Amino acid sequence: MTDYKNLKLIATSSPHIRGSETTQGIMKDVIIAMLPALAYACFNFGLRALTLTAVSVAGCVFFEWLYRKVMKKPQSIQDLSSVVTGMLLAFVSPVQIPYWMILIGDCFAIIIVKQLFGGIGKNFVNPALAGRAVLLASYAGSMTSWVDPAANKAALFGSNVDIVTAATPLSYMKGADPAALADSFANLTGTYSVGQMFMGQIGGSLGEVSALMLIIGGVYLIWRKVINWQTPVAYIGTVAVLTFLFPKAGSGLEWMLYSIFGGGLMLGAFFMATDYATSPVTKKGQLIFGVGCGLFTVLIRYFGSYNEGVCYSIMVMNLFVPFIDKYTKPVRFGVEKSDKKEGAAK
Amino acid sequence: MNFGKQLKEGLITQNPVLVQVLGMCSTMAITTSIMNGLGMGVSVLIILTASNVVISAIRKIVPDKIRIAMFIVVIAGFVTCVDLLFQAFVPAIAESLGVFIPLIVVNCIILGRAESFSYKNGVGASFVDGICQGLGYTAVLLVMCFIRELLGAGTLAGFRIIPEQFPVGILTLPVGGFLVLGCLIAAMQWALSKSKEGK
Repeated sequence: MTDYKNLKLIATSSPHIRGSETTQGIMKDVIIAMLPALAYACFNFGLRALTLTAVSVAGCVFFEWLYRKVMKKPQSIQDLSSVVTGMLLAFVSPVQIPYWMILIGDCFAIIIVKQLFGGIGKNFVNPALAGRAVLLASYAGSMTSWVDPAANKAALFGSNVDIVTAATPLSYMKGADPAALADSFANLTGTYSVGQMFMGQIGGSLGEVSALMLIIGGVYLIWRKVINWQTPVAYIGTVAVLTFLFPKAGSGLEWMLYSIFGGGLMLGAFFMATDYATSPVTKKGQLIFGVGCGLFTVLIRYFGSYNEGVCYSIMVMNLFVPFIDKYTKPVRFGVEKSDKKEGAAK
Repeated sequence: MNFGKQLKEGLITQNPVLVQVLGMCSTMAITTSIMNGLGMGVSVLIILTASNVVISAIRKIVPDKIRIAMFIVVIAGFVTCVDLLFQAFVPAIAESLGVFIPLIVVNCIILGRAESFSYKNGVGASFVDGICQGLGYTAVLLVMCFIRELLGAGTLAGFRIIPEQFPVGILTLPVGGFLVLGCLIAAMQWALSKSKEGK
């Protein structure tokens, strides 16, 4: 918060350029960019997608308000960052999880991961992903059962005991035995066409299913210059190249398309890996960050025990951000190339 | 040395876990239930007090160069005693604490107090120091056990408090140990800096 009353006017020589960007403005853009995916989630899973997101947002804003109030710090809920966290946490959760569960995730994301480290801009991993990691470790059963969008829409209130669950595309793409994997992948390609995968008529977390809607949101963010293209392109590109070169079943192209449209890759690449506080500052650093995320995602999907690696790969790369920033520091203007090392060290 | 000051140091200003950050291994590993924490805390309290007294008593005849080896021999002797006593009288706790009782031999709190306190102070002061530091350790263990068992497993000393579907299971995993301990250390440092500002 800027303390305008005690702000001193420092006169410098021209040119004076004043940016009109504010945190609130950027967060508004992010929220707008997520709306298509949210709308699609309502269409795909029923209105409970909307109520779950609303509860999650309300929870995040409340916990942020509560912490700042209890600790007697200036309120920060008007910057809308907690709204974004709440939406993202709902987006990476299955649609039928109980409301109290997502509130626990909100509490962890906002209080432990964000506020205890100093609030917006000071958290070292993405709060929404950390919230999801806690929920996944605590309630593995609820967090890995997915509503089948083709069979039913989740009930609006309460939990529907008759929910038909379906395996996500990624679970068809997992397995140690090559022959069984080839069978289950053939089963997957028979069940869902590439077009359905791209549109999002598949099981999965609330906001991750529709690659199309997420790409629309991501392109909007890039157009509004809220995010750079480097991170998402490097991230998705790395996954695409690796899965194309090393398919575990089917043809390279087919395996690649199902890999990048299934799971949370699009959501992670456009909305999670680009979080300002937890991604590198320089464009070169963002490229490295994206490649690292892609590499870890493929490694976890191929060799890990989980079906999906997006959440953990971004969190792992979050921890590398200080190092990436350190080694991609740009050389100051006017410093000779031979002085580069010296300049970077200062 | 007066008792009140040493007690304050052991529990708060020089708390072995939250301020000196010693004995992390056992703190993380066994704080998943109140009974474990109590068993561990009491055994460390006994061993710390006894070894403090003995090391303080023999401090003038132990050559400087082999003092660490001597400390270990004394501590290991008491650890063996406590280990066997636990196995004989409270086998359930001995079983759930497992290898962490023998590992008290290399617990940094005990070696640290031997080196920094009882090797330099008299028997009486060392005895009090052992009790105070042991109490500080036990108190932190119990707080951690309380949080992790109640919120992570939904029980307290085995009795169910929170219905089975609600508890946040991650707190009973190793990750939860780090999280809870980190939060406690942060809270302690915050409180200490606040009280300093107050003065």
